[in-house]
Parts: sequence; structure tokens; C-alpha cells
Amino acid sequence: MHALKYRFNYLFRSTIGLALVAISLIAIVTAIWGMLSGPMVEWGVRDIVVRFLGMQLHPAEREGRIIMLYHSIAMAVVAIEVYFITGKMDMEGHQQSTINATVTAGYIISMFFGLAFAYFGHNFVFHGLYLFGLSLMFFSGILLAAALWPWKKKYRIHDNSYSQTRGGVSLERVAFFIMAAATLGSALFGAVTGSYWGNGHETFLAEDLIREPHKNPLQLAIIGHLHIMLTLIAVALTLIIGRWVDFKGILHKVAMPLMIVGTIIITLGVWAVVPFEPIAHTIIYAGSVLVMLAALMLVIFTWNKLIQTGLEKKGIQKGNFWQNVKALVYDPLPFGATWQMVFMNFTVSGIGIFMAVKLDEIFRVWPAREERIVLTGHWHILSGIIATIILLYFADLAGLKGRARIWFGWSVIVFSDIAFAAVTIFAIKRLFVGESEQQMLVNWSMLIADAALALVLVAIAMFLLWRLFDLFKNDGRWMRELDEQGLQIEPCKPVHSSTALSAVRPELDEGV
Amino acid sequence: MKVFKMGKILFCIILILAVTGCASGQASSRTPPPVIDTGIDPEDWARVPAGEFLEGLNHHEVMIDYDYEIMLTDVTNAQFARYLNQALQTGELKLRDGNILAHYPGDPFHSYNHEVEIPAGDYLHMPLSDPGVRIEFDGSSFYPKDGYAYHPVVLVSWFGAKAFCEFYDWRLPLEFEWEKAARGTDGRAYPWGDEIARNNANYYSSHDLFEKIAGGLGDTTPVGFYNGDTYEGYQTLDSPSPFGLYDMAGNVWQWAGDIYEDTHLRYMRGGSKENYEYNLRTWTRNNASPGYSSPNVGFRCVRDAAP
Repeated sequence: MHALKYRFNYLFRSTIGLALVAISLIAIVTAIWGMLSGPMVEWGVRDIVVRFLGMQLHPAEREGRIIMLYHSIAMAVVAIEVYFITGKMDMEGHQQSTINATVTAGYIISMFFGLAFAYFGHNFVFHGLYLFGLSLMFFSGILLAAALWPWKKKYRIHDNSYSQTRGGVSLERVAFFIMAAATLGSALFGAVTGSYWGNGHETFLAEDLIREPHKNPLQLAIIGHLHIMLTLIAVALTLIIGRWVDFKGILHKVAMPLMIVGTIIITLGVWAVVPFEPIAHTIIYAGSVLVMLAALMLVIFTWNKLIQTGLEKKGIQKGNFWQNVKALVYDPLPFGATWQMVFMNFTVSGIGIFMAVKLDEIFRVWPAREERIVLTGHWHILSGIIATIILLYFADLAGLKGRARIWFGWSVIVFSDIAFAAVTIFAIKRLFVGESEQQMLVNWSMLIADAALALVLVAIAMFLLWRLFDLFKNDGRWMRELDEQGLQIEPCKPVHSSTALSAVRPELDEGV
Repeated sequence: MKVFKMGKILFCIILILAVTGCASGQASSRTPPPVIDTGIDPEDWARVPAGEFLEGLNHHEVMIDYDYEIMLTDVTNAQFARYLNQALQTGELKLRDGNILAHYPGDPFHSYNHEVEIPAGDYLHMPLSDPGVRIEFDGSSFYPKDGYAYHPVVLVSWFGAKAFCEFYDWRLPLEFEWEKAARGTDGRAYPWGDEIARNNANYYSSHDLFEKIAGGLGDTTPVGFYNGDTYEGYQTLDSPSPFGLYDMAGNVWQWAGDIYEDTHLRYMRGGSKENYEYNLRTWTRNNASPGYSSPNVGFRCVRDAAP
């Protein structure tokens, strides 16, 4: 009984355990639902899965199913970020446990009942429970924003190397708070519109409306909602990675105000899509520039730190170019997390900007279905990049060391980037090849993308299996992590997570 | 040593990709398809009576208060080649740099966001030099390529499709007309019902006879192919719409005649051989600029019903 209780405590109360459960659930959902599309359809796998699980896939309900699937996965991703935030930021122990418990109940309920409603017949009790789960997520967001309130005296900082006001208010904490508040408002932006479902608001996928010259306010609100939520997930992750690498110094002092102002401007810009659509994009671009500059500063800081500490380890005072590169890539986890932010510019931001500039001249000459492929590829890649950054950070948090750390890190980076590059080439293939001659390019890009993604999934599966087997050991790593977070003896003991977490990631604190 | 091992693994992966990728690529080379008589006459028309139907994903009730007739199948290469020969004789078409062009009087233009002006002028009807074209020109007349006479004509722009229909005093179907003809009045998802099987229609990876011959993304199927017959061992399901139309889902997208305010884009319906099945749902829309032509886009015409 104690063994079960300890394991339950670990999986549902510790930061690592909670994140592990959420990642595992996402992996299971992705593994099953991934078999319903793409090459799995071509190979007949979808038909087998549908029959075996008793799914009901009415053609007219595809849009609604996809919306619920996206929400189910997104809620789990948001929960993981919340665990990381409550684990990283100073707050009361009861706040951490209440927020974690609420967000956990929220994402599990919305995921389970959302998917049950969407794919296994329409029991409207399940739909109600799905909405209840989403409501719990929202409530946990309110609790998180309250816990992050940066103007409390006890959260003032006295270390000058971090961005702060004259009164000692941490601007990083302000950035976290603004992100949380903006997420709440943006969730409402979609929820209020969604609540009109059945009263005139009809299900649609945003990518199907791209070329409609006249969109109604509810449609604009939903399009804004999905864009801002993904943006804020990315902002939150950038801030989390900043905490991981102990972002500080002059770059931190510049980056945090940029992040705060940028987040506010982007959010207001997206909300302005409904009343002021013609100028909303300009506002969003302005905010995006500020946020991306802040992220760039994080990357510069991290890479500089990795080089410095790598060289110090080798006893080199000033390295040449190749020594610097070797030191930079020595540890693939922190390097990979920031490299993916850079890589995003090639496969997401760069393509997006090119598309915006050449929209009427090139992309709107193509059929809408081609533009739709570019758009869906664009945000699938962005979501994929976010997922890889989370995984790289989590692998460090979970204590992956030695050769396994190197293999896992590089597998995720190299194979995911190959897959994202291949998908990008597939999406913009019309720039290089006509429809009558595209066969070879389609075959190759799809084959490379599928193979590379499969290899990423193998790496993730091996990593998760390692943690699963560990749970069967009485003195496994999980036990030490439980101890480190003070949950084994005193479950409600306040946690000062920065100390607790640094214990399981000595490599980074030591400078890799 | 470690680097060497990783290198070997990477080499193996690249080798596997190279072998499978090349194999897929080689399969795409085109050979003339078998000539198949489906027994469905592309010269036939179906009558759609006046009345309401359930439109779109959300089943809005839409009234069409007149009878009309619509072609039983897509316009074929044989029909389009015949038209080109007739129109060339009357001087309505121009041949320039391997392209077929003709005059279009232009659209009203409102300078709306992303709206592109379509002024009066000569516009592309069919790029004869495109390798996907199934019609050839020998310097004096047009004729369909071997094996493709009864396949739907492709690589016809909206201008070309409209010109074809109007040449015979017909017109392109409006989106509502097309959808009603495709799904009837009971709100079904596909022309034949609510479920789709691989031998209902020609879509991406439907493994039809012509896909096996051409490989990969496949090829068009002859009009009326999905009529329940078996061809060279390939069993089809009879898949007409409630009004007896064939190929209203898959094979090629079909141009619609609507010109909407504030946009220069023209709409298409039906999905094609290169789309997944959800694109074949009767309410799915696609659009492109009117000068766009593709190996996946064809059309059919409508005409006023005989009294």
C-alpha cells in the first residue's frame, strides 16, 4: 500500500512525476490518433484502429473532432508548462499543490471526456465534463496568475544581475505574470465564442476560411484565439527555458522588458482582430518583433554560457572557433532547446514572413488547398518545435545523463529538424516544381519526414520506457526525486523549487 | 570510434531512404493507360428539379426555384479537343507560345483586401506545353492523347472552362447548383451516401487501377469509372449521385461559375485524385485565381432545363 501511495505521490504531486504523466498521456494520444491520418490511412492502419477501438468517424463531424483533439493535447501541454512554472518560481507550497492539482484534474478530465465525446459517440454528459475540465484549467490559470503576482514584497529581488525595477520587483516574474494574465484573457476570447455553439456559431477550421473576404466576428475571434494561445505557450516556454539556464546579466535586463511589452502588444493586437482587423496584423507584427528579440537574447546568453563553461571544463581560457563550437554542442539538451528556437526561424517565421510578403503574387495564385498545406505545415512544425523543447528540458529535469543524454538529445534535435525541413519543403513545393512533375519531390519529402519523425518517436519511447521501468524499482530514481521535492514524508511541505530542481540537474549549474 | 558507429547508422538510414525514394520516383513515369469503356455516356445530361436542399456542413436550407440540367460526367478530353477544333475555326481562340488563350471581358474590381484586378484581355485557357496535358496539337487540329479520350479534361483554367460551356450556350454550374446535384436533398456527405470506401472514387491513395499503373499520386480515371463494374480485376462500387451523376467526388476538382464580390478567386468543388477523402465531401470548397490550371482540375456544364 505504501509502495502505491509513494508512487501516486510521485506521479501526481512532484513536478517531474506530473510532467511525466502528462507527457506519457500525450504520447499515448499521439500514438493512437496519429494512426488516423497521413500514411497510416494509405496503409490501411486507420481502418484497423477504428474498428478495434470502436471509433465513430462520421464525415460531417471531422472538424469538431479535430477541434476537440487539438484542445485535448493543448491542455496537457499547458499543464506541463504550469508544472514547470510552479516548480521553478517561488510561491507558497499550498499554492503550488493547489494549482498543480487543479490543472491536473482539468487536463485529464478534458482530455478523457473530450476524446470520448468526439470519437466514441456523442454522449453529451461527456461534452459537459469536457467543458468542466476546460473550466478547471481556466480556474487553475487564475490561481497561477495570483500566485505569480510580482508586486508582493517577499518576491522582490536584491541580486542586480537580474532584470528588476528600482523597487526590486523582478521583471522576469512580471513577464510570467503578464503571460498568465494574457493567456486567461485569450482563453476567454475563444471560450465566449465557443459558447455560442448551437446558437448560430458553427464549427469550422480556421484554415478553411483563409481566403474568405468577409469573416464574421465570431470567426475572427476563433482565428485570433488559436493564434494567440500557441504564441503564449511559446512565450511561457521561452521564459521557462530562461529560468532553466539561469538567464541573467545585461541581456536579461534588456530582454525582460521587451518580453513584457511584446506579450502585451501581441495579445492586444490579436484581440483587436475582431473590431480593427485591418490594423491588427501590424500591431501583432510589432509585438512579435519585441518577443523574438527577447528570445534572441536568451539564445545568445545560453550559447555564450555553454561555450564559457565548456571551455572552462577543458581548462581552456580562450578557445578558437572549433573549440568554441565543440563546447557549445557538448551538451545537446540546453543547446538543443535554444537551437530549436533558432531553427524555428527557418521553418516557421521565415516561411511565414515570405508568405506574407508574396501572398497575392505567389500563394493566392495557387489553389486554397495548397495554401492550406503551407499553413497547417507551419503551425504543426511550430507545435512540434515547442514539443521538442519541452522534451529536451524535461530530459534534463528527469536526470538523463551520460551516453543516453547525448543520444537522446541529438536524436531529438537532428531527426526532428530533418522532419521539419522535409515538411517545409513539401509545403512550399509549388515554388520549385509544377503539379505534373511533383511526384519525386512528394515521395522524397514525405518519406524523409515520416522516417525522421519515426526515429524521434523511437527516442522518446525509449526515454519514457526508461522512466517507466524505474517506477518498478523500490529504490528507483523516482524515490530520490520524491525525497528531493520533500513529498515523501511531508506531502504539503512548502517547496522552494529552484533549490530542489537544481539538485537533479547538476550538469547545467556546473556549466555543463 | 563512436562517430564511426553513428556514421554507419546514418549511412544505412540514408541508403534505405534512397532505395525506397527512388523506387517510388521511378513508379511515377507515365505509360498510356488502358482504354476502358465505362458505358456512361459523357454526352448525357441529368435533370435536377426545383426545390430546397440541405447545403454545407451545417445543413442550411437553400431553395433553387428552377429546374436545370447538368452533365452526367466531367467534360472529357475528347469533348474538349472537339471544342478546341471548332473554336479555333471560328477564331475565338489564340495559340501563343504553346498556350491556348482567348479574350475575357474582365471583372468588376473593388480594390478589396487581397483582391486582384482581372481587367479585360487575353487569358490562358490551357498550357499545351505542360506535361500533364492530355490533349495534343499537330499544327492543324487537336486530339486526345492515347488512352485519355474518356478521361476528364484537365489543366483547363476557369476562363477555359467558362468559354467551353458558353461556346455551346451552356454555363458553369453555380456552387449551389453543383452541390444540390452532388448530394440531392437528404444532406448526405458523399454523392452515394455517408461512408466512403476506396472503390467509391478516385482519391489520394485509393489504390485504384490507374494509381497502380501510374504509381504514387496516380492518374485520372475514365469518367463514370465507379459504376459497379470490374475492370482488369479491379472491382468498383456503383457511386452515382441521387440524380445519377458520376465523378461528383474525386478524380478532378470542378470549376464553379460564381463570381463573388470583393474577391477575384474562383471556386471548385468535389476533390481530386490527389486529395485525401475528406476533401471529397460534397460541401468542401477549393479556390484559385481564374487563370490557374492543374492536372487535378476539370469541370462540367449546366444548362436550362427543357420545358
